[in-house]
Amino acid sequence: MLLIKSARVLDPASKTDASLDVLLDGEKIKEVAPTGKIAAPQGTEVIDASGLLVAPGFIDLHVHLREPGQESSETIETGTRAAVRGGFTAVCCMANTKPVNDNASVTRFILDRAKVAGSVRVWPIGAASVGSNGEAIAEIAAMKDAGIVAVSDDGKPIATAKLARQVMDYCRSLDLPVIEHSEDVSLAAGAVMREGVTSTRLGLRGMPAAAESVCVARDVQLAELTGARLHIAHLSAKASLEQVRLAKSRGLRVTCEVTPHHFTLIDEDVQYDSKFKMNPPLAAREDREALLAGIADGTVDAIATDHAPHEPALKDVEFDRAPFGILGFETALALALEQLVESGRISLMRMVQLFTAGPAHILGIERKIAPGQPADLTIFSTDHAWTYDVKKSPSKSRNSPFDGRSFKGAVVATIVAGRVVYRIP
Amino acid sequence: MTHRFRDLLALEPLTADELGFLLDQSKPFQEIQKHPLKKLATLRGKTVALAFFETSTRTRISFGTAASRLGADTMNLQAEASSLKKGETLLDTVFNLNAMKPDCLVMRHAASGAPHYVARHLDIPVVNAGDGTHEHPSQGLLDALTIRDRLGTIKNLNVTILGDILHSRVARSNIHLLGKFGCKFTLCGPAMWVPRELEKIAPGTPIRCAYGIAEALEGADVIIMLRVQTERLNDPPLSADDYILLYQLSAARLRLANRDAIVLHPGPINRGIEITPEVADGPQSCVLEQVTNGVAVRMAILYLLISCATETDTHPALEVKPKESASATD
Repeated sequence: MLLIKSARVLDPASKTDASLDVLLDGEKIKEVAPTGKIAAPQGTEVIDASGLLVAPGFIDLHVHLREPGQESSETIETGTRAAVRGGFTAVCCMANTKPVNDNASVTRFILDRAKVAGSVRVWPIGAASVGSNGEAIAEIAAMKDAGIVAVSDDGKPIATAKLARQVMDYCRSLDLPVIEHSEDVSLAAGAVMREGVTSTRLGLRGMPAAAESVCVARDVQLAELTGARLHIAHLSAKASLEQVRLAKSRGLRVTCEVTPHHFTLIDEDVQYDSKFKMNPPLAAREDREALLAGIADGTVDAIATDHAPHEPALKDVEFDRAPFGILGFETALALALEQLVESGRISLMRMVQLFTAGPAHILGIERKIAPGQPADLTIFSTDHAWTYDVKKSPSKSRNSPFDGRSFKGAVVATIVAGRVVYRIP
Repeated sequence: MTHRFRDLLALEPLTADELGFLLDQSKPFQEIQKHPLKKLATLRGKTVALAFFETSTRTRISFGTAASRLGADTMNLQAEASSLKKGETLLDTVFNLNAMKPDCLVMRHAASGAPHYVARHLDIPVVNAGDGTHEHPSQGLLDALTIRDRLGTIKNLNVTILGDILHSRVARSNIHLLGKFGCKFTLCGPAMWVPRELEKIAPGTPIRCAYGIAEALEGADVIIMLRVQTERLNDPPLSADDYILLYQLSAARLRLANRDAIVLHPGPINRGIEITPEVADGPQSCVLEQVTNGVAVRMAILYLLISCATETDTHPALEVKPKESASATD
């Protein structure tokens, strides 16, 4: 058994913010009680968490683990080792592996690898269409049987409105969320960053905000048509957020996530360095302001990292030639503390919700600190000072714009199914 | 006053003082172009690597001529021969060139920022000979030199740039140089090629976008034409006839500008598309002077960068009294 003592427990699902002890027994939470009230049996391991915060295990709805097929950039082993450093206890891996996770055997392969090599729970997301090619619907029901938690053609949108509608119809009947990488590919074609003064100054081809919001509008209207659970991935534009806000006000089952890099950086930060290249690209100043407001007012449901490793051989090239994507796990909490909590925009409780109950709700599950619940916990500090050194990351890739950045607040321990999978050195 | 330049990647970060210095340094090399014997021994024993990852005729020959007139040797890499086609990365190609120990790398590349990326990894000076749709610093300098020769100054002029500004590295270098000397800009062309964001790319420099050529030419002292690239005409699709109708610089339209306005064009010219032969060959055109000045400017660039990189003490020839600097003579 494992006893976490004297922690400030923050549990959004039960609206708990109190000094409590949490006793874990095997893979489950056994008891939660005011500090000092739990009589743990002899031999119980004790973690003194006084001065620290304990939250339900963080869930990352949007990650790329690159296995199978691109193991030189990341594997389930290295990716999840990076995830635990970020306090994540469960990660939803996107389907754009090689081969694409568009059938149950790939899903099972991922789950089998995760069982052997993974440090956290790995919840695969299945492709919406075969090969994510936007032509035929993938074997979604078989993948659901095998263990997918959602479908997405992430990396690109579901190619046509017709297919998106069919996928939503089908997933509604299967009760699976459809995660959309909303992008009008014709508006985004050839672009490497957000269109604006900075792209014009740098001579880098830009995509307008509308490249995202035009497709969000399409997807929201199809969600209304079908009644599907639609989740907008890595939402970056003000106009997209307004679509989601409107959808919610009309009672549609539409949710969205925002990445730490989109609520921290803007297009003006872009330099001729591919660690600033991701899709959707860093947005305009006013978009970031809108995202921060959406995070505060509840329009945004989750923080997701879009952890997208690319090995140096792929990423260390001209800006135009580099693939999109940056690492996300290890800096997510620290950026959220810095940008959202320290700045006074949201409470610690709301931040924890964005990492836990928010994503859980999107997946249709519950996450809380209560007896009988999975013993997944994230213990963090709001004042531990540290500097991110990407060279020391367990990830196989190095593509982070936050390398060298100093932070206040860090993950202290990550517990998955009752096992301490990470402890700060 | 002296300046030390490590690389020449863009004109945007340079001050008016530094830019004026580069222009002044070009003057003696302009004189050399008029001599019957044009070869100097200044950079004898030095090697300039010319790496053109994007095809170029004029700029490559101009840099090559500049290097040889300074007495330097050149090594040439051209897009056709580039091992990039064989899958080698840009950095590997450049490291291989560098292993042959050149003293300076002049590079052109289709990706904006590629010279910045390369310069971060090299300890020899890097000269940007045009990167994507970003900058073309030596073109910006030779244009300014040409304007100063013709009009006696580069200060406080009304400059009109015509054509595909969005995709023009020449326009950006012109704006960042001339803007620092108080020039005002009017950018004119089809709206798809002249986005409003251009008005804010150089804070402190007045830039306005105009979509009618008459309004754009009125009061212009300098008209900089950009080559209308046929590949750009395809995206977005725009007919050449439409372009000619709206934006071709004809003698009649040129009369809308100031009487002694001059016309520049970085070449190659599409006669009969963006400019009529009458204007291209007329007395207000500076097209061939630009080409001559290009060699002088590039000699100055190579001389300064290679001297700065190799001399521990400042080279005596780099010393310019403040009085003689551009800001004082203009």
